[in-house]
Amino acid sequence: MATQVIETTKLVGAPVKRVEDERLITGAAKFLDDLKLPGMAHVAILRSPFAHARIRSIDTSAAAGAPGVIGVFTGKDFESLNPLPCAWQASGTENFVNTPRALEIERVTFTGAGVAAIVAETRAQAEDALQLVEVDWEPLDVVVDAEQAAQSGAIQIHENAASNVVMDWECGDAAATDQALAEADVVVRQRLVNQRLIPTPIEPRGSAADFDRATGQYTVWMTSQAPHVMRLLMTAFVFGIPETKMRCISPAVGGGFGTKIFLYPEYVLMAALAERIGRPVKWMETRMENYAATTHGRDHITYLEVGAKQDGTITALKAKTYANLGGILSTIAPGIPTTLYGRMLSGAYKIPNIHCQVLGVYTNTGMVDAYRGAGRPEATYVVERAADLVAAEVGLDPVEVRRRNFVPRDGFPYDPKILAGLSYDTGDYEKALDRALEIVDYEGFRREQEGARREGRYLGIGFSSYVEICGVAPSAWIGTGGQGWGAGLWESANVRVHLTGKVVVTIGTQSHGQGHETTVAQVVGDELGVAMEDITVEHSDTQGTPFGYGTYGSRSAAVGTVAAYRSVQRIKEKARRLAAHMLEASVDDIEYADGKAFVTGSPERAKTIQEIAGAAALGYDLPEGDEPFLDDTAYYDPPNCTFPFGTHIAVVEVDGETGEVELRRYVAVDDVGKTINPMIVEGQVHGGIVQGVAQALWEGAVYDEDGQLLTGSLMHYAIPKAGFLPKLETDRTETPTDVNPLGVKGAGETGTIAATPAVVNAVMDALAPLGIRHIDMPLTPERVWRAMREARG
Amino acid sequence: MLESVRVTVNGRAYEREVEPRMLLVDFIRDELGLTGTNIGCDTSQCGACTIHLDGKAVKSCTLLAVQADGAAVTTIEGLATDGKLHPMQEAFREAHALQCGFCTPGMIMTAVELVEQGGELTDDDIRHALEGNLCRCTGYENIVRAVRAAASPATV
Repeated sequence: MATQVIETTKLVGAPVKRVEDERLITGAAKFLDDLKLPGMAHVAILRSPFAHARIRSIDTSAAAGAPGVIGVFTGKDFESLNPLPCAWQASGTENFVNTPRALEIERVTFTGAGVAAIVAETRAQAEDALQLVEVDWEPLDVVVDAEQAAQSGAIQIHENAASNVVMDWECGDAAATDQALAEADVVVRQRLVNQRLIPTPIEPRGSAADFDRATGQYTVWMTSQAPHVMRLLMTAFVFGIPETKMRCISPAVGGGFGTKIFLYPEYVLMAALAERIGRPVKWMETRMENYAATTHGRDHITYLEVGAKQDGTITALKAKTYANLGGILSTIAPGIPTTLYGRMLSGAYKIPNIHCQVLGVYTNTGMVDAYRGAGRPEATYVVERAADLVAAEVGLDPVEVRRRNFVPRDGFPYDPKILAGLSYDTGDYEKALDRALEIVDYEGFRREQEGARREGRYLGIGFSSYVEICGVAPSAWIGTGGQGWGAGLWESANVRVHLTGKVVVTIGTQSHGQGHETTVAQVVGDELGVAMEDITVEHSDTQGTPFGYGTYGSRSAAVGTVAAYRSVQRIKEKARRLAAHMLEASVDDIEYADGKAFVTGSPERAKTIQEIAGAAALGYDLPEGDEPFLDDTAYYDPPNCTFPFGTHIAVVEVDGETGEVELRRYVAVDDVGKTINPMIVEGQVHGGIVQGVAQALWEGAVYDEDGQLLTGSLMHYAIPKAGFLPKLETDRTETPTDVNPLGVKGAGETGTIAATPAVVNAVMDALAPLGIRHIDMPLTPERVWRAMREARG
Repeated sequence: MLESVRVTVNGRAYEREVEPRMLLVDFIRDELGLTGTNIGCDTSQCGACTIHLDGKAVKSCTLLAVQADGAAVTTIEGLATDGKLHPMQEAFREAHALQCGFCTPGMIMTAVELVEQGGELTDDDIRHALEGNLCRCTGYENIVRAVRAAASPATV
């Protein structure tokens, strides 16, 4: 499995400024809503005001006669299209699948489900006409809480899902875990709520479509993190047409955080409408639609039992989790709380006995699917809260409990026994912890805390020593015969060196803020010895890029960029053959370095890559058996996932009167393996941390008992503002992975995965003098105040 | 029922007949084709649509186009002069203050007005001044750094 790590220099590892930025800082970048096609009509969607209701009938006649209206459509107009596929079902158990249609026909199961579409000359006209559509609704009983929905006697939302259970999944050894709990010196039990979050990319979703009657070809623009997958799912599963009949394009995409991975009803609807009316159409989501009808994240209720010895050694961890998956399943919903959650419950620790049961549950709420971190923040929250609960129970420093349970640096590869055959690749967990302790000055803080406590102030420090799984691939592991993902997860890249020596790299991943055009060019530039400005990286259009599974799960560097790296290696091999021919030397005597192929020992006998590319492109005189042009496509399927890790530390002060939590310091030491661009890695970490902190302190989606989303707009949902945060103190250790030749692990989600428990642990540390061990998130002043009041009697 | 609007945008005079209910942001984007100004919400929280109206940073979704009659508007497209980026644009690039870039035009317009007001700016001042602009990618850390750098180039 191990591959030798190549030491690269120059561009890789340097904070190269992003090539993407100029168009974004000047307003020249084209996002979905900036698209204007000739003859384009505009679409508005009528959404269910009820969380659970039957559609008795829909009267569209008044709307059809409204000014500017071209057509009014309901679900019945698209009955011939299949429901959307569920592409990742939980492995090893039956999944009771119900998925959305382009527009719902008989019944809705959450507030915000689309039931009719207006096509009009302008967006305003389409929105005006929405109000003229008359739906005769039959409201049905509603359940919004996953734990309640799974109890006997609850209403049943879908015919095929008894007790509203989508799937009942488990991993680990139940009997051994129960026995270890029975034999443990101490057992701590805690109910943990990992509340529902609304991901909120600042650009909402949108889609536009055109249908070419001459060729029978659809072109669909969408705010997607995975345009190739969208094309596959739409053509093969929904439309039943060859994938060659559709082109999917993601223009500039304004953040995704997971929500833009999935196939949504509106993308199908736009393609179908473009064909039906014979004109291009566009729909752009409003923020309120985004909150109602785009996927949410998290929403777990977990019953945790953790057993330990008196010395803090954790001997068993048992979790039973209710995962709320909403009223209907999004594209990969069942896979997130199973493979990406349960299988990571060992965290950074050697826990000999683990068992996890997950009940995926339907409720009358919006769809829940991957949100930045996707399963791993939920797992890390459970494990890192468990570590602190154990520490409190046995009376040890939480740092000491972590040290005693860490997988030791000489313990890799480490098989936690619940990863279905994979092992943690590389790590040095104590090194990252020690560095974080040094930055925060742990001993100094404890002294300060002691002083503060004497003054009646509540200072606290919290730790999160996480490990995560990313670079998600091994197709055989993740796929249908393994973890249930309905496809492979390799990645692709094509590298072409044109006649002039300019390089074009096309990739199967998709960049929506990660800076692939920069980082891929850094790797290719170093390997090929070509300047950044001579390399163009293209992505996000199924026409002209090789098939790839897209960008999520921190996989673009560890899987996608490695494909580009491998492609360049083969380009260099061919360049050596061509140079040998041009120099009349034996290919065995030719080396390639710094953009030149040269005779070993005689560097003046050399051909530049530009000269070689020119000769290859002209093809006048090629070595026997070689084809013209330097052009190579690589498909890379790694042998393992990668496992970044680190320690995050939060320092807080809780106001003893109001319950307000002030985040005073935030220290993060991450180890993401080698870094291609440390500036970009740091930026990813910053953004991730703030999303994770936000879950701990501010964010939470709230449905009332009727299934109405009370946090339905940015007026009601607290995404962080700049003033909420202190300066973030970040550092890295560097333990390369041996999974891929670049040594990179992935950095897109570490911050979100680590931050939430660090902050919660800090608040609990602050409140320890009151005997408070747990408060569910978000730790708003009200919740903290109530807990303090109760504790004080 | 159309109303006439005369407005100077990025130094160029325009006259258009628009519906009275048309928002200024839609006027800028749809009537003038200046799509650098983005729309991220429907409740005037996100600030992605921030522009300068007579030199003052405003959210262009909070005004009707007709209210801008007679005004001078600057959008992100008008910030660079003679092909040279505005120092704030440069600072954003240098400090890696953007990732997806969707909030960036509004963020830059707010930051430009803040720095143009002059005076010493602490990080706290900057963070508070950016309260009306939401970013979900950067955690604001590098945005604060960029604004600080643009405010006092000597101390970068």
